[in-house]
Amino acid sequence: MSGAILIRGGTVVDPANGVHGPRDVLVKGGKVAAVVEPNGDSEAGAEVVDVTGCLVLPGLIDMHAHLREPGYEYKETIASGARAAVAGGFSAVACMANTNPVNDSAAVTEFIRERAMEVDLARVYPIGAVSKGLQGEELAEIGEMHRAGIVAVSDDGMPIMNGGLMRRALEYAAMFRLPVIVHEEERSIAADGVMNEGTVSLRLGLKGIPAAAEEAMIARDIALLERTGGRLHIAHLSTAGAVELVRHAKRRGVPVTAEATPHHFTLTEEAVDGYNTNAKMNPPLRTRRDVDAVRQGLADGTIDVIATDHAPHHRDEKECEFDLALNGIIGLETAVPLALRMAEESNISLDTLVTAMSVNPARILGVPGGSLAVGSVADVTVVDPQRRWKVEAAQLQSKSRNTPFEGVEMHGQAIVTMVGGRIVWRADAAAKKMVATV
Amino acid sequence: MPFAHRHLLGLEGVSRDELTFLLDTAASFKEISEREIKKVPTLRGKTVVSLFYEASTRTRASFEIAAKRMSADFISLSAATSSAAKGESLLDTARNLAAMRPDAIILRHPSAGAPHFLAARVECPIINAGDGAHEHPTQALLDALTIRERKGRIEGLTVAIVGDILHSRVARSNVFALKTLGAALRLVGPPTLLPPELHAWGDTTSDLHEGVRGADVVVMLRIQLERQGKNFFPTVDEYSRYFCLTERALAGAKSDVIILHPGPMNRGVEIASDVADGPYSVIMDQVTNGIAVRMAVLYLLANRAKAEDDVESQPEAAAVPQLRRRVG
Repeated sequence: MSGAILIRGGTVVDPANGVHGPRDVLVKGGKVAAVVEPNGDSEAGAEVVDVTGCLVLPGLIDMHAHLREPGYEYKETIASGARAAVAGGFSAVACMANTNPVNDSAAVTEFIRERAMEVDLARVYPIGAVSKGLQGEELAEIGEMHRAGIVAVSDDGMPIMNGGLMRRALEYAAMFRLPVIVHEEERSIAADGVMNEGTVSLRLGLKGIPAAAEEAMIARDIALLERTGGRLHIAHLSTAGAVELVRHAKRRGVPVTAEATPHHFTLTEEAVDGYNTNAKMNPPLRTRRDVDAVRQGLADGTIDVIATDHAPHHRDEKECEFDLALNGIIGLETAVPLALRMAEESNISLDTLVTAMSVNPARILGVPGGSLAVGSVADVTVVDPQRRWKVEAAQLQSKSRNTPFEGVEMHGQAIVTMVGGRIVWRADAAAKKMVATV
Repeated sequence: MPFAHRHLLGLEGVSRDELTFLLDTAASFKEISEREIKKVPTLRGKTVVSLFYEASTRTRASFEIAAKRMSADFISLSAATSSAAKGESLLDTARNLAAMRPDAIILRHPSAGAPHFLAARVECPIINAGDGAHEHPTQALLDALTIRERKGRIEGLTVAIVGDILHSRVARSNVFALKTLGAALRLVGPPTLLPPELHAWGDTTSDLHEGVRGADVVVMLRIQLERQGKNFFPTVDEYSRYFCLTERALAGAKSDVIILHPGPMNRGVEIASDVADGPYSVIMDQVTNGIAVRMAVLYLLANRAKAEDDVESQPEAAAVPQLRRRVG
């Protein structure tokens, strides 16, 4: 087990325990051993990490990423994805089932967990498929995957068009207390759209996906959930109407949770202009009004979680005609500064951010973390909110480079990521190493 | 004011002065096609490549005739006979072509934005000959030239565009050009093909009679028979009952109304034969003007490319142009 480490001089933001202020955090035996007012003392023999001016947070958890292994190792591997996660400040990441083979069996779940253990960086939580082969027809062996260690089920990337299957999935997954994570898109409405339907799609001559495609499915699934019970988590809300549907459902006490991505609270459909394939994602980037509604949803707790939907793709899959380009962008390494910027612009508290990026994902997935209480797992993220850096995709840890933020100046970066009491990422060390190799 | 762009990707954002200059240039080339020997040496030694990923008869023929009347060498490639059929990417195909040092590439492609994609990645001028449902700039230029010839002006005219506005690249280019040149637009079609955002471009109506009432110009769009079965309208027969331009529908238009159609026409579907062949039809003028417009575009773009290449000693000096949505 790792030795003691004292994280000294930072500001702890630990909303699960009502702590927000200058504290030193002592970590021992993989657990949080003490959180104390700064007093200059240091535990004998403890390694001291000075983080003056930085934020000390319970390890961030990204509950929505695509790590692509097995099957699409040319886009990302569990190793490169876990490295991108810790570099972005995530001590844990949940990975979606749309690999090849699909994670619809205990064997694939076990493979992912074993690979993650070998890599030994971020905690990697497999999400199992709802349906066999993501075909949307028959339930996958959710119970077998549950025994193998999945934390949720999802056909993410594929909406579950079959409402009868969706109903049974909600009912059946409840037996294992597993949330059903849904990509909400009514396919017959979305048709072959490639971006938001509106003024920009009209101007560019691209086929549109109306907001109604997302909202219609959310309405259906909330209605089902009211009948079935169980747990529904709606991935990547992108429209004002979607936020409103979730808000109303929560008011009625329906057990629904929801997430938003940094790109959906940062960018609008205008980013597609010039046929920028790095602005192509599903759900698509929407309008300013939708961006504002998503931010409002985060501010008032309608949206529980910020998740990246990290979706690495090879250059050749993006450097092509817009309608042929694949959907999605990488997000693990840009989430923290984008969230900080959004919070500052929209007057959202740091406590709310940490709740959305650590506390709530831990609660929804039922995994350790989300807290710096004494005795908790020592998953810690240290963020320097002032650190300025410029996104250069070629320098990121992800294997892929599909980001719409290339060249953008960012404020704030995770400088230390600790998993189970062990420091697995240090931005300065990475920078030095980079200089050395240059 | 000259046309200071390297590519012709679309007409959105092209200024009124530039459009007027393009039309003036085209008008000055018309006379060449009237000569007994229809050939001038203007583009001698230039190579023009047409790369067509969609079937086309008249647009390609029109570009080819335009290039040949200017003495350019013209190479014609279509997706069915090129490497595209073997799965080569658009980027690889274009890079290979560009390495052969053509002076212009004319691209028709089913994907909106394909010419923009190429323009950002190859050195030679790209001329958009139709990209998906986005733009078809030379078609709108020849429409504008035809209207200007017949009416003496474009400013202040009422132009009705009738048909599948949603999917039509001809409609988009016409909207961008004619609005910039000062026409008032009416967009006419079934509501399924008139998204609400169209209001920004002109008045919209699903009543053909109302749409053409008092119009100076009616632009009919070809209705794609493939749309049938996609629920934009029940059947072509029913579509034509409501949107076929007949003498009766035309009765409310100005007495000197002119009718344009980009072709190929579905006679009896969107336009009645007696209208297509009637005195108001300027469809054959459009075809003739198409050659003049394409001569002008080739002249302005293919010529300049050479001049620039001579000046640039290192190709790297010309930084890869950024993706542009309008005209490069």
